[in-house]
Amino acid sequence: MWQQLFDSLKSENFMIVAVAEESRGAEHARQWIEQAKAEYWCLIDQQHRVADLYGMVNVPQAVWIDAAGHIVRPPETAGSTDHFRLMDRTTRTLATEHQEARQAARTEYLDAVRDWVLTGHHALPADRAQHALPRITPDIALAQAHFRLGVWLRSHGNAAEGDVHLAEASRLHPDSWNIWRQAADLDEVGKASGEAFWQRVQSLGDRPYYPPPKL
Amino acid sequence: MSTILNETGEVAVAASDGLWLSADDAARATGWILKPEGMCQADLCVPLPKDAVRDDRADIAAFWRLLGNPVVHDTAGETWVLGTGADQRNAALAGLMAPDFTLPDLAGVPHTLSALRGNKVFLCTWASW
Repeated sequence: MWQQLFDSLKSENFMIVAVAEESRGAEHARQWIEQAKAEYWCLIDQQHRVADLYGMVNVPQAVWIDAAGHIVRPPETAGSTDHFRLMDRTTRTLATEHQEARQAARTEYLDAVRDWVLTGHHALPADRAQHALPRITPDIALAQAHFRLGVWLRSHGNAAEGDVHLAEASRLHPDSWNIWRQAADLDEVGKASGEAFWQRVQSLGDRPYYPPPKL
Repeated sequence: MSTILNETGEVAVAASDGLWLSADDAARATGWILKPEGMCQADLCVPLPKDAVRDDRADIAAFWRLLGNPVVHDTAGETWVLGTGADQRNAALAGLMAPDFTLPDLAGVPHTLSALRGNKVFLCTWASW
């Protein structure tokens, strides 16, 4: 999805940095990156360092950074919507109207990125960008330390103890889908979108899984 | 040997009694230098509590927590994470300068965000899971 965006903007002093939050490592991201025939940067982030630095809690999230290196839009949902929650899970289908609404939201977001690159539109002034930043709490900072240790222990042959730290990370930072889903995936590929995931989504109630960007 | 995971990578150290380290290991793991006046970095020195320094070694877990940073470790005490506290993360974001990082691509080649200065950057995350 990003290659098309990049194609239309690559003569504009513009770069996409697509970071795979992938604790199982590069091989688990390879097929997706190769399929995308990506000409932009595709990086592998085994320890979710980018999520930690920027306070990200889900994928896909994006940050817009201007040519001077300043954040002009803090982390926000990058083109995805909550329409998947309306899916018929037995047939795995989504009504046409919801498919269309989902596509429209994605197009609107990509158009906004293009607009920003070409005209500067949608970049937030500093006070509004600061206001929209995530707030890192001591519990979140501690969760990131547990997550890092959990991933390290898992990749060094100590899954049982690693899982204790991953569970603690999720308990301390329950809003992070990244932490919860990565831990589920490390336990078993596929588990991140299994029954427990859907139950967790359902328990959001009226709250969004993908909060829409305020463009 | 024990392994310390710090902000930028992994450091092997000879730890004793938890995370008591020599001045040399402490400097490699934290970037702070053990001096008579405390742990020092450039012009700044943070005094250590009396029970956190002994015979040219210091309790680095205690020091790290004193700075307001999280410290976690495995039950064997062989692997330690010297994390980054909430205040430091929030301060870095509040300045709106995009936090820098270096990560590898599929071929293992490292790329650093700040090398893209002069370009607008769309930094996005995704995952296979």
